[in-house]
Amino acid sequence: MNRIDAKFSELREAGRKGLVGYLTAGDPDIAASEKSIIAAVKNGVDVLELGMPFSDPTADGPTIQAAGKRALDAGMTVTKLLAMAGRIRHVSDVPIVLFGYANPFFSYGYERCCRDAAEAGVDGMLIVDLPFEEADELRCHLDKHDLYYVPLIAPTTGSERIGKVLEGARGFVYYIMVTGVTGAREQMATGLEDRVKTLKGLTDLPLAVGFGVSNGEQARLAAKKADAVVVGSALVKAAQAGTLESLVSELRSALDE
Amino acid sequence: MSESDIMSEQPDSRGHFGEFGGRYVAETLMPVLIELEAAYKEAVKDPDFMSEFSRLLRDYVGRPSPLYLAERLTAACGGADIYLKREDLNHTGAHKVNNTVGQALLARRMGKNRLMAETGAGQHGVATATAAALFGMECVVYMGEEDIERQAPNVKRMELLGAEVVPVSSGTRTLKDAMGEALRAWVATVDDTFYVIGSVAGPHPYPAMVRDFQRVIGDEARGQVLAMAERLPDMVIACVGGGSNAAGIFCAFIEDADVKLVGVEAAGLGIETGKHSASIGSGRQGILHGTKTYLLQDEHGQVLNAHSIAAGLDYPGVGPQHSAWAESGRVKYVSITDEEALAAFHKLTRLEGIIPALESSHALAETAKQAKAMGKGRILVVNLSGRGDKDVDAILRKDEG
Repeated sequence: MNRIDAKFSELREAGRKGLVGYLTAGDPDIAASEKSIIAAVKNGVDVLELGMPFSDPTADGPTIQAAGKRALDAGMTVTKLLAMAGRIRHVSDVPIVLFGYANPFFSYGYERCCRDAAEAGVDGMLIVDLPFEEADELRCHLDKHDLYYVPLIAPTTGSERIGKVLEGARGFVYYIMVTGVTGAREQMATGLEDRVKTLKGLTDLPLAVGFGVSNGEQARLAAKKADAVVVGSALVKAAQAGTLESLVSELRSALDE
Repeated sequence: MSESDIMSEQPDSRGHFGEFGGRYVAETLMPVLIELEAAYKEAVKDPDFMSEFSRLLRDYVGRPSPLYLAERLTAACGGADIYLKREDLNHTGAHKVNNTVGQALLARRMGKNRLMAETGAGQHGVATATAAALFGMECVVYMGEEDIERQAPNVKRMELLGAEVVPVSSGTRTLKDAMGEALRAWVATVDDTFYVIGSVAGPHPYPAMVRDFQRVIGDEARGQVLAMAERLPDMVIACVGGGSNAAGIFCAFIEDADVKLVGVEAAGLGIETGKHSASIGSGRQGILHGTKTYLLQDEHGQVLNAHSIAAGLDYPGVGPQHSAWAESGRVKYVSITDEEALAAFHKLTRLEGIIPALESSHALAETAKQAKAMGKGRILVVNLSGRGDKDVDAILRKDEG
C-alpha cells in the first residue's frame, strides 16, 4: 500500500486532521535542511512535501524564492534530492512527495527519476507547472512504480475541469485556497467551506487545503471541512529562524483540538 | 503531429508545435489561458474585430511599412539585392506595436481594463503602454532593475504614457525575471488583468496568437517583393530572441519551399564563452515560462543567464515554434556576436542613413554574409525589426569606453 493512502486512512480512523508540510530541500545547505526536515516529521508533519528548488519559481512568493536560491547556491540537484529522500526514508515512514517545477525533473529524465524515486522510498510527485494536459509523459512512469501524481485544484478551476483533473488521481487532492503565489497571508480565503463541500462531492480522495496558512489558528480554520492542511512558507521561515519544532507543535495541537 | 502540420503553422489543440510548446503553468492559470484561447479564436472570426485591427494598423501604426531596396548596402556587400522590411518606421519604432494593438483590442473585447506586460529593452513595454493609453486602460510593466538602468529613456516614455513600471530585483534582474514576476503578478490578478506577452513565447495560445498578430509583416513583405521584383526572394532573414518578428515574417513564406529562411540568434561574446543567447544553437529541450522549447540550462535543469548586447535578445529561451522549425529543418538558425552586430549597426547607419536597433543589427550582420555568398541577381529580404534610437546612448558609451 502506498504510504500516502496508509497515512490518510490512519488519520481518518483516528479522527484526526493531517498536516502536510513543505520544506525546500538543501536550504540553507543539505545537512542543515535534512536535520530540519527530520525534526519537522518527528514533531507531527504527516506528509512531507520535499521541495526541489528551481532557478525560475514563477508560482512562489518571496519566502520560497529565497529558500530556493539558498538551496541552489548550496548545490542542490535532483540527484541529491533523491539521495536525501532515501536517508529520510531510513529514519521515518512519513509519506514523501517530491515537489517542484518540471524542468529539473524533465532534465534528469522522467523515467529515470521515477525509478530512482521509487527506489529511494518516495511516494508521489507534485509538479506545480505540469497541469493534467501535460502530465501524461510523467504519469506513465509514475504509474509503473505505483507513485502518485498529486493533482492541484485552484479557485479558478471550474467544475467541469475539476472532473478532468481528478481523473485517475490518487493519494490526495491539493486545493489551493487563493489565487496568488505561495506565502503567508494575514487574511484567510473566503468561501472556502462551500468550495471544499463541492470538491468533497466530486471525489473520495482526502482533501488538503493550503496557500497562506501560517499559524495554528489559521490551520484549524482551514482544516475544518478538509482532511488536511498544507503549510509551506511558514515552515521555511521557521526553519530559518530556528523555531521550526515549535511551529510544527503549534500546528499539530491546533489541528488536534 | 506530423511535419505537414508544422508546415501549416497551427499547433495542435493543446498548443503543441511537434514536441514543443504546450501549457506548462500553475493550475490557477490554466482556466484563464483556455478562456483566452477561446476568446481569441472567436475574435479572429469576427469581421468587426479584424477590420478594427486592420484600421488601427493602417491609421495608427502606419502600415503597410515600406519594403526598401537598399542599393548602397547591396553594392557594399557585393552580392544579392538586399530589401529591408521597414518595421523601424512603425509608430513607437518597432514591430512590437502590431502585437500590443491586437492584444489590447482583445482585452477590451474580453472586458478587461488593465494590461500587464514584461519588458527587456523596454520596446514591448512602451508598445503596451501606448496601446493602454490609446484604449484608456491601466497598464503595469514589469522590468528588471538592470534593464531599468540600461534603458532609462524607455522607462520615462512608459511613465509619460501613464504606465506604472515595477522594478524586478529577483534573479538576473533582466527580461527572464521580469517575465517570471509578471507571471506571479498575473496569478494574483487574473480577474481583471490581461497579460500582454511580447513575444511568441509563453504558454499556449500566446506563441500562435502573437505570431498571428505579427503575420502582417510577412504578408506585406511577400506582396511587396512580388510587386517590386516580380518574384519571390531567395532568402528571408530575421533576428530571434523570443522570435516574434521572425515568426511574423517567416510564416508568410513557410510554404514557399524555395525561399530559404534564416533566424539569427545572439552569440554575445562568442558561443564558446558561454555568454550568449543562442538557445537553439547551444541549448537543449526544457520547460520555462509555460512552454517546452530549446533552453539555455545547466546539466541539472537550472536555467542559465543569457547575454547579448541587445537587451531584446537577452533571453535564455525561444518561441516553441522556432524550436519546431529548427527541428524540421525548415528554418536555419545561425548566430551573430555582439561585435559583428555592432559593425552592422554602423554599416547601415553610414551607408543608408538608417539607424537600426541592435537586435535588428544581428539580422543585418548575417545579411551581409549571405548576400555576398549568394551572389548577384539573387534577392534577400531582411526584417529591420526596429530603429536604434534607444541604443544610441549605449553605443556612445561603448565608443567612449
